[in-house]
Amino acid sequence: MALRQPMPEQDPKKRIHNFDEVALGYSAEQAVSEAERCLQCAEPGCEQGCPVEVDIPEFIERIKEGNFGDAIKVVRKKNHLPAICGRVCPYEDQCEKFCVLGKKEEPVAIGRLERFVADYERRKGFKIPSKPEATGKKVAVVGSGPAGVTVSAELAKLGHEVIVFEALHAPGGVLMYGIPEFRLPKEIVEAEISYIKKLGVSIKTGIVIGKTISVDELLEEFDAAFIGTGAGLPRWMNIPGEDLCGVYSANEFLTRINLMRAYLFPEYDTPVRKGKKVAVIGGGNVAMDSARAALRLGAKDVFIVYRRSEKEMPARQEEIEHAKEEGVKLKLLTLPTKILGDEKGWVEKMECVRMELGEPDESGRRIPIAIKNSEFTMNVDTVIIAIGQSPNPLISRMTEELQVAEQGTIVVDGNSMTSKEGVFAGGDIVSGAATVIESMGAGKRAARAIHEYISR
Amino acid sequence: MRIDEKGERIPLTIADFDAQKGTVTIIFQEVGKTTKQLGCLSEGDYISDFIGPLGNPTEIKRYGRVVCIGGGVGVAPIYLKVRALREAGNEVISIIGARTKELLILEEELQEISDEFYITTDDGSKGHHGFVTDVLQKLIDERKNIDLVATAGPAIMMKVVANVTRKHNIRTIASLNPIMVDGTGMCGSCRVRVDGKTKFTCVDGPEFDAHKVDFDHLMTRLQRYLKEEKLALERWG
Ligand SMILES: Cc1cc2nc3c(=O)[nH]c(=O)nc-3n(C[C@H](O)[C@H](O)[C@H](O)COP(=O)(O)OP(=O)(O)OC[C@H]3O[C@@H](n4cnc5c(N)ncnc54)[C@H](O)[C@@H]3O)c2cc1C
Ligand SMILES: Cc1cc2nc3c(=O)[nH]c(=O)nc-3n(C[C@H](O)[C@H](O)[C@H](O)COP(=O)(O)OP(=O)(O)OC[C@H]3O[C@@H](n4cnc5c(N)ncnc54)[C@H](O)[C@@H]3O)c2cc1C
Ligand code: FES
Repeated sequence: MALRQPMPEQDPKKRIHNFDEVALGYSAEQAVSEAERCLQCAEPGCEQGCPVEVDIPEFIERIKEGNFGDAIKVVRKKNHLPAICGRVCPYEDQCEKFCVLGKKEEPVAIGRLERFVADYERRKGFKIPSKPEATGKKVAVVGSGPAGVTVSAELAKLGHEVIVFEALHAPGGVLMYGIPEFRLPKEIVEAEISYIKKLGVSIKTGIVIGKTISVDELLEEFDAAFIGTGAGLPRWMNIPGEDLCGVYSANEFLTRINLMRAYLFPEYDTPVRKGKKVAVIGGGNVAMDSARAALRLGAKDVFIVYRRSEKEMPARQEEIEHAKEEGVKLKLLTLPTKILGDEKGWVEKMECVRMELGEPDESGRRIPIAIKNSEFTMNVDTVIIAIGQSPNPLISRMTEELQVAEQGTIVVDGNSMTSKEGVFAGGDIVSGAATVIESMGAGKRAARAIHEYISR
Repeated sequence: MRIDEKGERIPLTIADFDAQKGTVTIIFQEVGKTTKQLGCLSEGDYISDFIGPLGNPTEIKRYGRVVCIGGGVGVAPIYLKVRALREAGNEVISIIGARTKELLILEEELQEISDEFYITTDDGSKGHHGFVTDVLQKLIDERKNIDLVATAGPAIMMKVVANVTRKHNIRTIASLNPIMVDGTGMCGSCRVRVDGKTKFTCVDGPEFDAHKVDFDHLMTRLQRYLKEEKLALERWG
């Protein structure tokens, strides 16, 4: 059996000086060779691993035949953001995890193949599917992240009129403001969104639901509403020194860089601090993205400070590898306890304590315990806090009758409906911070439920 | 508000609106790149984004005698407050201050709608030679019953105002002006310390009990991008 095709990538030494995409994508030859590795199982496991149920063997077969245009059609039937999923999905935990080849050698590179056909389609120019007959029903969608976009596309394909309301000035949610250019070029997000618009969805940016328009006002004009406002509220460590100058939430740091393009300052107006010695606290994708962005802004030393060991890091393996290749240093089993500033209020040092791992907690990960008398200080000039996000409370605060769980997530029933009649919800606002594809899966389920509700 | 594709998002106060005409009014002072560029636009020009209203509206009711104190970019927000408070039946005394008379805005407008109106300049080029708090202190000494003080402007000015009113136990509300990015509670750039707790000005504010605000902390955090702000202005100018 042929080996899995490696992904061509920008050289780490070069790429830490630019924000261009790291992974370059398969060539057509590579894609066909990789597709040839697929065994076309009679009962494919990969499909079970896909939250939006893409017909994986079918699209791979089309690639093998060299019929890339048909391959993307197969993918598009189930997935409205293939160029994005093909870049950021944790395939290793989903489709590829169930590939039988994976038992003995490496699984088929399903994610990379998805990316390949999506990029092929974008280069050729999108073919717009014919518009269905209008049903006369109107649905309001709040938030334009993966959940909102998926709901909109599904409902538009059924002939419903959909208007998306987005608080920021650009649609895309985390795809636009959170995940950096070098992992997900914004041009690709814009192109995928333009496809959704071609399906007939209209997107109104700069409208904050709960402030500009209330949910009740939406219900006067629309037959149903969907809330997909994500998990946008940064969590803090609650240690002294967190509001010194030079301490960022990962959300602020990444929003400045991605949405506002602060890495192009002064060509773009929004600034960001270009630290020399940067500590990023946390071990997830958000932490890796922040660390790698800091490096590209010109930092000499970037540390990931994480309280457990590398094995427990929630970030994707690929992201950890990329970060290490680029020179990000991992400071594991380390917990910051205090951030210290200079006389002008800028970060100067961070006090930490070393940890050891105890018994596993309910998530199965071993609990870190502080080691006595192991305190030490690190010299840093920038600290980025990337320990997670909670749901944005704006809508639930401003809307009566909307039941909210303790962690701030909106409660829904088996049909994705909230405690408020006609208002549905899905994505990170319901599940807490999760993944792109899980939000899309939630969007799909909600679209089905909304369709049923408004067609009663 | 974002002026164009490459622009920064900056917060401005909504001064007025006309639902029928579909217009909102903003009043701004030219202090840096974005506001100066905004000042170059003329009727019929476009800006790329205008988002809002964000934050919490001012609580307007009948307090009695209110002193409104504005300085620098805080004069515009104060003007709106004076108008609304007057309409609600309050006696409103306005004080505005600036470094020098060229930097004063909305003088005539404020004069017209206030029961009493005072100007102060640091260099004495107009009105009282000194600070807004000199006038405030005099008002307090002369007439004891001031029910509320509302202030907006440079952090240092609000700090001094708060120090004066604290001594006399006069309720004081400050409209804070930290650096913002999104304005929807997503980033924490606008965090301030109030009563020892961290608050996001864009969703929890912008108005807070001035006696509980840590103004030194606000001043420190306002310094974060001075170098970059200067560079952006030079490059544009
Ligand atoms: C830095 C970072 C890296 C990540 N990397 C990965 C990865 O590699 N792979 C992966 O699968 N997942 C990743 N994730 C997680 C993934 O991006 C999220 O799970 C996903 O985007 C959630 O989608 P959503 O549609 O629920 O919400 P979001 O993408 O958060 O979108 C919500 C949208 O709603 C808008 N909104 C909020 N409130 C209002 C309102 N009141 N009115 C109008 N609009 C509003 C917001 O502005 C936002 O645009 C990452 C997350 C971050 C932050
Ligand atoms: C809630 C609120 C309401 C405001 N209302 C008004 C108003 O009605 N009229 C008015 O003239 N001004 C108002 N301001 C101030 C106004 O936002 C700033 O003057 C403006 O951002 C300056 O931008 P610049 O590019 O022209 O100047 P710059 O040279 O970039 O900055 C000059 C100073 O303005 C402040 N500033 C810069 N960027 C931001 C930002 N993104 N967010 C907040 N402050 C910033 C900083 O203190 C900085 O030192 C308000 C500020 C806040 C927070
Ligand atoms: S401006 Fe970002 S949270 Fe207030």
